[in-house]
Amino acid sequence: MSVPFSDKTAQIVGLALEVKGRSLWDDARRRLFRNRAAVVSIVILGAIALAAVFGPFFLAYSFDAQNYDIVSCAPDWWPDHSVLCNAGGSHWFGTDNIGRDLLVRTLYGARVSLAVGLIATLVSLVIGVTYGATAGYLGGRIDELMMRFVDVLYSIPYIFLVIILMVIFNRNFFLLFVAIGAVEWLTMARIVRGQTLSIKQKEFIEAARAGGVGPVGIIARHIIPNVFGPVIVYVTLTVPASILAESFLSFLGLGIQEPLTSWGVLISEGAAQMETAPWMLIFPAAFMAVTLFCFNFIGDGLRDALDPKDR
Amino acid sequence: MTGPILEVSNLNVIFSTPDGDVHAVKDASFAINESECLGVVGESGSGKSQLFMATIGLLSANGKASGSVKYRGQEILNISQPRLNKLRGSKITMIFQDPLTSLTPHMTTGAQIIEALRVHSGLPRDEAEKRAIEVLELVRIPEARRRMKQFPHELSGGMRQRVMIAMATACGPDLLIADEPTTALDVTVQAQILEIMRDLKVELKTAIVMVSHDMGVIAGVADRVAVMRHGEIVESGPVDDIFYKPRADYTKMLLDSMPRLDRPDRAGHAHVPALKNDKPLLEVEDLTVHFPVRGAGLFAKSRPLRAVDGVSFTLREGETLGIVGESGCGKSTLARAVLRLLPKTQGTVVWMTRDLSQISAGDQRRLRKELQIVFQDPLASLDPRMTIGESIAEPLKTLQTELSRDEIKRRVRKIMEQVGLEPGWINRYPHEFSGGQNQRVGIARAMIVEPKLVICDEAVSALDVSIQAQIIDLIVKLQTDFGMSMIFISHDLSVVRQISHRVMVLYLGRVVEFADRETIYKDAQHPYTKALISAVPIPDPKLERAKKRLKLSGDLPSPLDTRAQLNFLKSRLIDNADAEQYRPKLVEVAPGHLVAEHDPI
Repeated sequence: MSVPFSDKTAQIVGLALEVKGRSLWDDARRRLFRNRAAVVSIVILGAIALAAVFGPFFLAYSFDAQNYDIVSCAPDWWPDHSVLCNAGGSHWFGTDNIGRDLLVRTLYGARVSLAVGLIATLVSLVIGVTYGATAGYLGGRIDELMMRFVDVLYSIPYIFLVIILMVIFNRNFFLLFVAIGAVEWLTMARIVRGQTLSIKQKEFIEAARAGGVGPVGIIARHIIPNVFGPVIVYVTLTVPASILAESFLSFLGLGIQEPLTSWGVLISEGAAQMETAPWMLIFPAAFMAVTLFCFNFIGDGLRDALDPKDR
Repeated sequence: MTGPILEVSNLNVIFSTPDGDVHAVKDASFAINESECLGVVGESGSGKSQLFMATIGLLSANGKASGSVKYRGQEILNISQPRLNKLRGSKITMIFQDPLTSLTPHMTTGAQIIEALRVHSGLPRDEAEKRAIEVLELVRIPEARRRMKQFPHELSGGMRQRVMIAMATACGPDLLIADEPTTALDVTVQAQILEIMRDLKVELKTAIVMVSHDMGVIAGVADRVAVMRHGEIVESGPVDDIFYKPRADYTKMLLDSMPRLDRPDRAGHAHVPALKNDKPLLEVEDLTVHFPVRGAGLFAKSRPLRAVDGVSFTLREGETLGIVGESGCGKSTLARAVLRLLPKTQGTVVWMTRDLSQISAGDQRRLRKELQIVFQDPLASLDPRMTIGESIAEPLKTLQTELSRDEIKRRVRKIMEQVGLEPGWINRYPHEFSGGQNQRVGIARAMIVEPKLVICDEAVSALDVSIQAQIIDLIVKLQTDFGMSMIFISHDLSVVRQISHRVMVLYLGRVVEFADRETIYKDAQHPYTKALISAVPIPDPKLERAKKRLKLSGDLPSPLDTRAQLNFLKSRLIDNADAEQYRPKLVEVAPGHLVAEHDPI
């Protein structure tokens, strides 16, 4: 609960200068930063993102440089680390089956996976929010039509859709983003529409209409800012879902192409060598698991921060 | 029996919250005797509810009570739950504000009363059933046997509250605590419930605690009164002393803030401005709004719900038209249809000689500059993500796009000053303000475009009385300064009479009486108007005791039933819920005084 300023203090402060208001976002941020799990997650996620972007510049190896002298070498500190491998210099995460440094590849994989997650989410965010808010606000027959269209798209098995797209347009880095985003926006549209329907009933929307604001203005200024709470929570769940979708496609061999890599590709390769070279699976899998964990904790924290009443 | 039934001394209640401890009740002491009614008044946040929650051990987990509460000399504060449960529900019972949430939705009303009886007095089933019918008849529920088999959602609000009272009295309690029992009800229903409580006190010798924010309600039922503020009892004494010889400044202020039906123009409060001319501004002719309501079943035909059914009036420049009616009478729908926020079914709305249904969409947007509305719930009518400055500026930005940003800001600051807000608060958010301050923001938003007509839809109903009085004064002052016309909608006849030049009484979508503010009170002709006037509680115990009540029996009927509108003209009734009925005509009994046809009473 916020305590309203006592009139006296407010008057004194108000005379001096315009008081900066404490918006609901400010409140939410304060609550989020009190949530320990969410803060730790943000720090870890930030560290992974920074390492993914800048890490490769500081490493001695290139992500596609092969060295056949040190094929499938265990990391330097691994219990049965072979002395022969020392010839190739130090590899903290070991090397893969064609002698590439696994640390650099994991970081490159992080770049791709995070990029897929973020861009696909952004695509779904833009389409889903606009579409859902429009359908919900206009209501009636238009809403019915727009949402039935979503239902139809829902019923198409998306893996087949992606496979067909990949076959027609060839494997393409960019297409992957679009394909995943185009699937994720459906749920987003439904969530936003539901929220819009309830916000539409509020008096402040009627007040805006009485003030002469048109439908576009109402959607942009009143509806979208107010649905942002649930949307942002859903976004933090969409990012890991997209990362998973990408790794799933890559696992099937439909995703990123060699020599470029993603966590999905690395895990797929690692899974094949699991018995002889477990580190090839452990490191990319651990990175991905930690990332997904972090997103989920952040989502949880945001949910609690944005509507503390429902807790 | 000697000695008080309940004796509370030095009771303190402290809640620990993340923002620190809140001292909700401070050193409260009082006593209640047999067949006595103690009225507890206070505004929201005064701790009046928590005081009694603590008394019967129903505080929420973060609350702590200390002090002493004695029931017939025996300490009951902070005793174990099982011991407390023996008292609660049988010897000490409680009625809450919202009767729907206090009844279990999946059990029939009969089963709930019987359960209470069997748990507390261990009666066998058939005797408990007999007793249940007895208590339901005691609270004047018609056809009690049939009502026993109904579920709470099948009953109206007034009926549910009666069931609650029946349940509370079933085991013959010594003390009945009623926490705002009539706040959610319409005035005519409220009058019936209060009547029942008065009778219970006499017939059963039950002591009653009546917690309310309404001085009028307290004046009608209480023998002694305690006034609470910020968790403290600031004054207590016999009801006549409190009302006629108040000592505490706060009590005086509360009494002064109460709008009084019998005294619309009181010293120290704003008076309605005199009319300058007779020019009609708004002419509404036979306005009708029907909502199609679909019946049950797959192929059920939809029936029209006649929310507004042929309402006509004219509004002159600078005039305030008051519209009163109980819930479901179509008063809010009428306002929205006039503003064209809702589509009308029939009729014409002429604004300054222009028919509003004939003009283009663009013109209509421009007309919004002249017609504005203030809503009931101050917080809900402001976008929580916008600063109050942005909210106030919004109509200006959309309706007068030629203005520069600096000019808009200058006007926002000016209007904020005019409605009594500090201009420095321009960047703050609605949740940082109290209800009264937010309502000032709502008023500023409506007034910034300098409209010619402002519709106030229950604009003061959600506010505490002292704030309500301030907002009414502000609205009248703004009307004097700006010279706009107003349509003031409220369920509260006293407020409407204080602020309006003429008053229209609505009943189920139709006008039953229309007259100026003096005539409507002094010479009311329609039985509904009379019932409404006699139901309004007046904060004056002697008047309340002397008042002859004209009671309507039962609750408001459903507006879906076409027979309902002929409740006061039974002689013309066709007994079929779907039939087209005769529509009572308005008769001009005196110049400017219209009364709907009705059977003589």
